[in-house]
Amino acid sequence: MSDVSLTINGRKVSGSVEDRTLLVHFLREHEGLTGTHVGCDTSQCGACVVHVDGKAVKSCTMLAVQASGSTVLTIEGLAHGADLHPVQAAFKEHHGLQCGFCTPGMIMTATDMIARHPEGLDEATVRAELEGNICRCTGYHNIVKAILAASKTMAKAGKGKAKVAA
Amino acid sequence: MGIEGIGARVARKEDKRFITGAGRYVDDMVVPGMKHAAFVRSPYAHAQIKKIDVKAAKAMPGVIGVLTGKELKADGIGNLICGWMIHSKDGTPMKMGAWSPLAVDKVRYVGDAVVIVVADTKGQARDAAEAVEISYKELKAVTEAVDALKPGAPQIHPEADGNLIFDWEIGDSAATDAAIKAAAHVTRIKIVNNRLVPNAMEPRAALGQYDKAEDHYTCWTTSQNPHVARLVMSAFYNVAPENKLRVIAPDVGGGFGSKIYIYPEEIVCLWASKKTGVPVKWVADRTESFLTDAHGRDHVSMVEMAFDKDNRVTGLKVDTIANLGAYMSLFSSCVPTYLYATLLSGQYNIPAIHANVRTVYTNTAPVDAYRGAGRPEATYLLERTMETAARELGVSPAELRRKNFITEFPHQTPVIMCYDAGDYGASMDAAMKAADYAGFAKRKAAAAKKGKLRGIGMSNYIEACGIAPSAAVGSLGAGVGLWESAEVRVNAVGTIEVLTGSHSHGQGHETTFAQLVNQRFGMPIDQVSIIHGDTDKVQMGMGTYGSRSGAVGMSAVAKALDKVEAKAKKIAAHMLEADESDIVIEDGTLKVAGTDKSVPWFQMALAAYTAHNLPSGMEPGLKETAFYDPSNFTFPAGCYICEVEIDPETGVTEIVQFVAADDFGNIINPMIVEGQVHGGIAQGVGQALLEGAYYDQTGQLLTASYMDYTMPRASDLPSFKVSTSNTPCPGNPLGIKGCGEAGAIGSPPAVMNAMTDALGTNELTMPASPSRVWAAIHSAKH
Repeated sequence: MSDVSLTINGRKVSGSVEDRTLLVHFLREHEGLTGTHVGCDTSQCGACVVHVDGKAVKSCTMLAVQASGSTVLTIEGLAHGADLHPVQAAFKEHHGLQCGFCTPGMIMTATDMIARHPEGLDEATVRAELEGNICRCTGYHNIVKAILAASKTMAKAGKGKAKVAA
Repeated sequence: MGIEGIGARVARKEDKRFITGAGRYVDDMVVPGMKHAAFVRSPYAHAQIKKIDVKAAKAMPGVIGVLTGKELKADGIGNLICGWMIHSKDGTPMKMGAWSPLAVDKVRYVGDAVVIVVADTKGQARDAAEAVEISYKELKAVTEAVDALKPGAPQIHPEADGNLIFDWEIGDSAATDAAIKAAAHVTRIKIVNNRLVPNAMEPRAALGQYDKAEDHYTCWTTSQNPHVARLVMSAFYNVAPENKLRVIAPDVGGGFGSKIYIYPEEIVCLWASKKTGVPVKWVADRTESFLTDAHGRDHVSMVEMAFDKDNRVTGLKVDTIANLGAYMSLFSSCVPTYLYATLLSGQYNIPAIHANVRTVYTNTAPVDAYRGAGRPEATYLLERTMETAARELGVSPAELRRKNFITEFPHQTPVIMCYDAGDYGASMDAAMKAADYAGFAKRKAAAAKKGKLRGIGMSNYIEACGIAPSAAVGSLGAGVGLWESAEVRVNAVGTIEVLTGSHSHGQGHETTFAQLVNQRFGMPIDQVSIIHGDTDKVQMGMGTYGSRSGAVGMSAVAKALDKVEAKAKKIAAHMLEADESDIVIEDGTLKVAGTDKSVPWFQMALAAYTAHNLPSGMEPGLKETAFYDPSNFTFPAGCYICEVEIDPETGVTEIVQFVAADDFGNIINPMIVEGQVHGGIAQGVGQALLEGAYYDQTGQLLTASYMDYTMPRASDLPSFKVSTSNTPCPGNPLGIKGCGEAGAIGSPPAVMNAMTDALGTNELTMPASPSRVWAAIHSAKH
């Protein structure tokens, strides 16, 4: 067993976990943050993407102990109170989700992608950058549309970078 | 159309919880005292179980129970069944081999469940599963259906001699033979429809909870049809009587058919909960899903299509072998028969059709319906054949199709189906225009200058949806009726709850069903809640598959709304001292037409529940129920055009354009319909270019993770050009045809016709991976 302590969605948490505990299992089973999903076990599908110290990470590729001392942002912590994050709002407006299972990972990947491209995004870049996220429902059409729209909205509001770093 | 009514592009109500991480899937459920299960599965494709030793496993840390098939059988748990009876052409019933939820004497595919281990944590359950010692005697395995039929092939079930489940036919064999004999031209082609794994992103899961005091079971499961799960687990598997079994399918992360069926795991988790005295949760990992989810497709067919001297189709003869895997899954028998061969007329006037279908056991995962279920197989066969025929005849593929289109309705095909409405030419015109079909030659020449091979391909699909008229499917062997139910509860303050037997696992019912209510009564959709997926809340229903939720499920809601409307008008007429025939409902208000007299909806609802002043003899309350049984299938149809560019150096294909023009009948929410088409096309493109489930000769699944099985990713696909040109369906009150499966049905042949056009060959099998494409280019050169 190992002790871990980290900040999740602005809240300090600590616990004692089996050494083999993955970050995703820590989030889901110890912290009850079930918005982060497990879709494949081989780090291919991206349903488990969260931000660790401001970077998008597949939380199934990281041990909970490796994340100790880090700041983690999950889908549950993305909105500011009742105000949806622009990426969340764009996914809804553009029907970028159907069953919703891949959606948290998609949104966390998208916010990271937008932050890394302050110059703006085009369709080819979005499609290439989504390499690590699989969706079986939408054919990606509306996900791409939503990310492009959110990127524009955030550029106008000038808050793309700040948001993700928060 | 109001801003939230029928036809409005309304953003989904259910999205809020999914985009904020508040969705509730089975794996998110935690109940007090809950423990975790792992299954010990067969590592062999075919073997006798000699001995099972659970002693070491039972001694492992955290272990609560280690249970075997013998104990399961001793408790009277039944075998899994196939619920659709098919008779061979000699009149004998299909040969259903025994499928025990936990194997007892023999295992028949890699992944066959043998033992369940229950422990405090998932990790402990898995560790203990590793410690279960099972001695097997390995037997020779067979994985390809064609091989399983050969003399000397391993015998998989004692009930099915030579592994043949049934040998079935449809249509007029003599007339079809005569048409082929008299033909001016016959196109002959072998068509292979590749085996796929549905791959809903949420892996299957089950949580069984036994309540000793009440002798009652609750099952949370990843199901598209919880009521059918309860019915089957009660009536056939002896888990518990229906009144002692509650099945809940909460948020379900995609299904695509694979979550229709009742699998061993939910049965065993329920039983194990009683045996161990704790709630038992099991969640598949992705490899377990690959190994044990019902796979799709896997047909091999020989096709002969006859033409007269004017290029009119005169006959179609098909001989198909379908792989059903190691056991007959719940609806496996109807997929390669009544959901397949009845669609072999396509959009074409074909006077004579005959199809023979043999279904076969192999040492592979069970095969059942996957998005489209039989109809993609029929469409792929027909549209590849049509394109090939056009090339052989030296005519335009578009014009050959157009010449043979059915143009008058109703149209009775020679294979059962009676098409009610359609305009195939309209869809084709729309698709050709959107694709700039006429400008293709220029684009091909431009691509050639860049060293790329450009091809264009078309597919004209038809499907039978809205599954289905109960009497009709009953006469064809179905063990269930395929109606749907709805209950509309108007609360005392006027808000509305709609309870439906349809189940949403991505389709957006919480929005579209509410739009139906808005259209009728005018209240905002946030005052309408859609409740589904729980057998304790919703009366018996049949669930979601076969693009049936709109055509059948919403029709049931419409019928219940009729009854609510009639009673509401009676109450309002009484309140307003008017004749009920003069009452109209607009924007949430009941009005006397032509006057300024009105009563708000909520006041009428309140009056129904206070019951202080109701018409004489009227029962209090406002809640109505309806069951809707469709009179016919519905027949969505359309035209898809795909354009590809292939890099001859690498064999890598880029889809440069994809156009879909569909006829779905009336549409409730175009945004959601388009989303369904996008997703279907992606799965169809996946089948055509990327996806394939492969077993080696010993029956090991080689494609059992996302590192081996190629799922379509964003960079594999373009944005799609989709449109609809709709003819309302005359068969249901809403004029809906259904849209859930079309994309997966229409797209594979469009892609493959484009590929073969680019490569200048008619011989290319799915998936047309870069290595296959490169080989095709290479062999054509030499």
